[in-house]
Amino acid sequence: MPGIFAFAETRDGEIRKVSQEVVTAARKLADALGTEVHAVVLGSGIAGAAAELGRYGADKVFVGEAAAFDKYSAEGFTTVISSFIKEHGCDVALFPASSLGKDLAPRVAARLGSGYSSDVIGLEVQGGAVVATRPEYGGKLLSQVAATGGTPVFSVRANVFLPVENAKAGTVETLNVSVNEADFGAIVREIKAGAAEKLDVGEAGIIVAGGRGLGSPENFKLVEDLAAAFGGKAAVGASRAVVDAGWRPHAEQVGQTGKTVAPTLYIAAGISGAIQHLAGMRTARYIVAINKDPEAPIFKVADYGIVGDLNEILPRMADEVRKMLA
Amino acid sequence: MKSIVCVKRVPDTEARLRIAGDEKSVEAAGVKFVLNPYDEFAVEAALKHKEAAGSGEVTAISVGGAESAETLRTALAMGADNAVLLKTAGRAEGLAVARVLAEEIKGREYDLLLFGMKAIDDDLQAVGPMTAELLGIPAASAVTEFSVADGRVTAHREIEGGHEVVELRMPCALTMTKGAYEPRYASLKGIMAAKKKPLEEKAATAGDAGVETRKLSYPSERQAGRIVGQG
Ligand SMILES: Cc1cc2nc3c(=O)[nH]c(=O)nc-3n(C[C@H](O)[C@H](O)[C@H](O)COP(=O)(O)OP(=O)(O)OC[C@H]3O[C@@H](n4cnc5c(N)ncnc54)[C@H](O)[C@@H]3O)c2cc1C
Ligand SMILES: Cc1cc2nc3c(=O)[nH]c(=O)nc-3n(C[C@H](O)[C@H](O)[C@H](O)COP(=O)(O)OP(=O)(O)OC[C@H]3O[C@@H](n4cnc5c(N)ncnc54)[C@H](O)[C@@H]3O)c2cc1C
Repeated sequence: MPGIFAFAETRDGEIRKVSQEVVTAARKLADALGTEVHAVVLGSGIAGAAAELGRYGADKVFVGEAAAFDKYSAEGFTTVISSFIKEHGCDVALFPASSLGKDLAPRVAARLGSGYSSDVIGLEVQGGAVVATRPEYGGKLLSQVAATGGTPVFSVRANVFLPVENAKAGTVETLNVSVNEADFGAIVREIKAGAAEKLDVGEAGIIVAGGRGLGSPENFKLVEDLAAAFGGKAAVGASRAVVDAGWRPHAEQVGQTGKTVAPTLYIAAGISGAIQHLAGMRTARYIVAINKDPEAPIFKVADYGIVGDLNEILPRMADEVRKMLA
Repeated sequence: MKSIVCVKRVPDTEARLRIAGDEKSVEAAGVKFVLNPYDEFAVEAALKHKEAAGSGEVTAISVGGAESAETLRTALAMGADNAVLLKTAGRAEGLAVARVLAEEIKGREYDLLLFGMKAIDDDLQAVGPMTAELLGIPAASAVTEFSVADGRVTAHREIEGGHEVVELRMPCALTMTKGAYEPRYASLKGIMAAKKKPLEEKAATAGDAGVETRKLSYPSERQAGRIVGQG
């Protein structure tokens, strides 16, 4: 039986949350098409963690271990995955829209000669064909796309298909991989963690973002405090104005030339809401804006708006959140 | 240092977009087009590395209609030495663009093949890795900075919560994001010089991309919310 292919990404021997989401999305498609979910995990020392994917709906989890897969290899992963998809004749292939997934999935698609769409936020079956919904033009338009042949390849945006635990426990099988690092033209030498392994803004369920309204880099402490109040669930985001000014690293930038995010909650403090910023965050489920200017365009997209001085409001919000979660 | 930079013509970020009557494309009338901002990082990186090497050549290539010549002139005005327009009828996306590019590039000599990390119109983030795969060369995406030594590139690639240091054999492909290469403005002299630089036009055929757009729609307008507090 063909089945839905789901690529599960790991980091430091652990299955990443985006991978649970990819398997959850695959489960939904498999149920609609009456087929199975086949998850593939590649790495070294990952067999233990891989079993958990069954809980999110994988019928079979294939674990391919190799010393050369200790770190990501675009060429090595592409070879193993495209052979797997060809051999199993998978109906659809899903990847996380993470930095690894977006590097790997188009390469796999090109190897297979398949169509590819990235950052998918919806997947449904229409008349037997899988139709994906994705934002385009910085979220100004939504596009529905379908494959015209071959195994369609999609990358799935984080925080959209929230992981659903499934009663079924999938079986774990070994995938034989024979790869040689000497064949790779690109090798990851090192992974440098940003400041203290923080939760990435691209994947956090809650984002507290600050803009020029913070007034100074030191004042970002107010934003960091509110994020910390959520107990490790929130990441700090930034507008381009403060990244360009050197107050925050580019990794935190949200918007057209930064990250595109879809958290459950986005709190924008001292951000005016320029179109290029909105491009990055308008698919957030709830938007809360704090701005002293009642005319600020951010209020047009915010679900809740607070007109006032962020210097007073941010600490009060942090206190309330701490009380609520205590 | 010989670099090829793939550049794309995209609507300006401020553009108001209207869906055309076919519900599958965007009306081009009245839309201002620019060189894709991420491609500016790629052009800048190519120029910087040519300058550092003391010699070399920067070639800009675009797949698109006759209007894309204007985009190539922008790259030439920034400092690229020559340009090639692979002229297609109608629109091409993803894999189809990658195939046209690979067909042209495979006969060329180059050390670096540079792309923007993504085109800001359809945000696909695909053409770079796809072209590399078709050419059978190593690649790294979302690169903020790289150095070149002894036939190898050491690239810093942005990942969640940090960055990866990747070593690549040349020739290799890199897709560039914001980082060490702040794009220069084209000077008036550059703009004048660009008019005289070679811009070759070749007919190309873009095939099937493997996916089709069925329908474009506007996202549901977010309702302006409630003001819950007034400080
Ligand atoms: C090609 C291109 C790409 C771009 N990409 C991006 C991108 O990826 N991301 C991005 O963010 N921008 C991007 N921009 C820039 C964008 O146009 C804006 O310039 C930027 O978002 C503004 O940042 P800001 O909201 O922090 O600053 P400002 O626009 O200066 O807004 C500051 C806000 O803070 C408020 N404020 C001030 N003091 C207080 C206070 N004490 N309490 C409460 N509120 C206060 C003000 O009322 C104001 O609304 C891009 C622009 C271009 C041309
Ligand atoms: C109003 C309007 C009219 C349009 N008209 C046309 C048209 O007439 N013809 C047409 O082809 N498209 C047209 N497009 C764009 C088209 O819809 C697709 O978005 C596009 O061709 C697919 O690019 P991509 O997503 O594969 O880029 P991505 O994969 O996101 O791009 C990544 C990088 O690949 C490189 N790259 C991408 N595309 C090209 C290219 N064409 N040439 C060279 N390098 C490239 C660049 O380095 C770029 O930064 C139009 C768009 C709009 C809004």
